[in-house]
Amino acid sequence: MDIIVCVKRVPETTEADISVDPQGTGILDSNLPFVINEWDNYAVEEAVRLVEQLGGSVTVVSIGPEQCDEVLRRCLAMGADKAIRLTDDALADSDARATARALGQIIKDLPFDLVFTGVQAADDGQAQVGVMLAGMLAVPHATVVTEIAVDGDTVRVVRELEGGLGERLELKLPAVLTIQTGINEPRYVSIMGIRKAMKKELAVANLSEINLAGDQVGPAGSLTSVTRMFIPTVEQKAEILTGSVDESCAALADRLKKGGLV
Amino acid sequence: MNEILVLAEHRGGTLGDITWELIACGNTLAEQAGCSVAVALLGRDVGQLAEQLAAAVGDVVVVDNDRLEHFVSDTYQQALVQLIAQRAPALILMGHTACGLELAPAVATSLAIPLVTDCIGLTFEGDALTATRQLYGGKVSADVLCKPSDRYLATIRGGAFPADESPAAAGTISTAEVTIEEDDGLKRFIEYLECEAGEVDITQSDVIVAVGRGIKEQKDMAIVEEFASSIGGVLACSRPIIDKKWLPKDRQVGSSGKTVRPKLYIALGISGSFQHLAGIKSGGTIVAINKDPNAPFFTVADYGIVADLFKVLPVLKTKIEELKQGS
Ligand SMILES: Cc1cc2nc3c(=O)[nH]c(=O)nc-3n(C[C@H](O)[C@H](O)[C@H](O)COP(=O)(O)OP(=O)(O)OC[C@H]3O[C@@H](n4cnc5c(N)ncnc54)[C@H](O)[C@@H]3O)c2cc1C
Ligand SMILES: Nc1ncnc2c1ncn2[C@@H]1O[C@H](COP(=O)(O)O)[C@@H](O)[C@H]1O
Repeated sequence: MDIIVCVKRVPETTEADISVDPQGTGILDSNLPFVINEWDNYAVEEAVRLVEQLGGSVTVVSIGPEQCDEVLRRCLAMGADKAIRLTDDALADSDARATARALGQIIKDLPFDLVFTGVQAADDGQAQVGVMLAGMLAVPHATVVTEIAVDGDTVRVVRELEGGLGERLELKLPAVLTIQTGINEPRYVSIMGIRKAMKKELAVANLSEINLAGDQVGPAGSLTSVTRMFIPTVEQKAEILTGSVDESCAALADRLKKGGLV
Repeated sequence: MNEILVLAEHRGGTLGDITWELIACGNTLAEQAGCSVAVALLGRDVGQLAEQLAAAVGDVVVVDNDRLEHFVSDTYQQALVQLIAQRAPALILMGHTACGLELAPAVATSLAIPLVTDCIGLTFEGDALTATRQLYGGKVSADVLCKPSDRYLATIRGGAFPADESPAAAGTISTAEVTIEEDDGLKRFIEYLECEAGEVDITQSDVIVAVGRGIKEQKDMAIVEEFASSIGGVLACSRPIIDKKWLPKDRQVGSSGKTVRPKLYIALGISGSFQHLAGIKSGGTIVAINKDPNAPFFTVADYGIVADLFKVLPVLKTKIEELKQGS
């Protein structure tokens, strides 16, 4: 069972104050911590568990700058066997299609039974790359996967639908699955573990090494582009109860009481 | 401009709410672009759904085929791609739902057309399509421009385009013929799986205290549990709490969890992702307590406190108890 996992390095923004860059098409991220995309972390864990059970190998693949190595080393420490990072100036501003094309170009020459991506990347939330990759590799796919059981040359998966409903599907291998959070409990990675994994292979490739031309990715190879980023100016609907904790709680309790809610 | 083709979504014989929102979105755009809207209904024995749709939109085109009984993207893709070839729409609209996630990128890849997902705004300027969508969990918005194309594909976020209140005049139903290849066994539907019912049904409660990733340790669940019961509420949560198994799945609020309509919803340490907010449907009072003043939850809450929830909870509990005793 050879499994490829696509992982993206993303900024951690849940508690951060974000501002848009001077060009107006990106955010200022130099002060933000970067992490592995949450969904991809579950995907790596799932791949490592399957290979522990069934034998085989896990290869993690990421497109991005040198700083991605930190994320890839972390995946190696979780139990992946090998990492590949694709980097090239021409890849900047690739849309999901161009990203999937580049990932597909690497993956098609590797042995694989399964390819995992996250359901979505926490930064752009497109939820496109996994399915596009399946299209380019011409293999079946399933999205929002919360359970995986491999049986010979097929895999049975549970997809999460709406309202607590799920569905079981059967796919022929090889296949691409997009992994949902909660499918497992990702293991803890220690600094020690990362240090030990330094011996594992981390290969770096550029576009010409995977036989892609610069105009097949980046703006020329993309069908969509972000023309403007902005902080939404929605009217803050909430009445923010200010003051000390004591004051704001008293004000809230008072309003809830008046509304007959407590 | 050619028509806008909306893909109706249905499961178990019922049209999804998103279908009506897609139609509303399509109608607005069609007015802007000066074109018509048609609804594509794919499935098996869907005559009744077609009539429901025809009562609200002008043009319903049905693809009725045994192989479309369950939504499996492979067969749906085959049918839809043929329908698109027949009708040559300028834009295809789908929901950013479990179906849309599975199907839209596959169709876009096979037709090599621009795709924008999870749109909260769409506009045509001439033949050029621009979409507005959110990034970074809703903290940033972006305009996304599609390269000029004969055809575009977009998926829309649930709730972003409210359904039209008054349906249009009676429309027409037509059928389209497609050929679906023999089952190649690459992808098969097996069964639906219902979420197991637990001891507490959060949809029945008037007061819900919901917790999210702001709770960083399992032991702290006891604090919120106690707060919830002190105000007569039940405990619910966002997805990360379910992922960590700190509460059973039936306590999850959101698109892939439960939809609740309480009189009071208190969100503690939940950022307010659209998937979570999709599960709160009420004219009730919403309170958000979050230490990030930019948390998207504050855009939908009625009252907010920007503070550490662990500092707020004990004080809030006391204040409420004092008021109760006072009356
Ligand atoms: C297909 C799909 C379906 C999904 N379905 C659902 C669903 O049904 N329901 C759902 O909830 N999610 C769902 N999600 C996940 C969703 O996208 C978000 O990841 C999730 O809702 C985030 O949960 P959260 O707000 O608790 O965590 P975060 O986004 O991490 O937010 C935590 C918040 O806590 C605040 N905080 C931290 N510490 C404190 C403190 N001490 N005091 C006060 N505030 C604090 C932070 O400022 C932050 O705003 C789904 C995702 C996908 C892809
Ligand atoms: N730059 C990248 N490098 C590797 N994998 C990626 C990259 N961008 C996206 N992916 C994969 O595609 C998934 C979905 O991303 P998206 O379609 O952008 O929401 C992610 O969870 C990753 O698995």
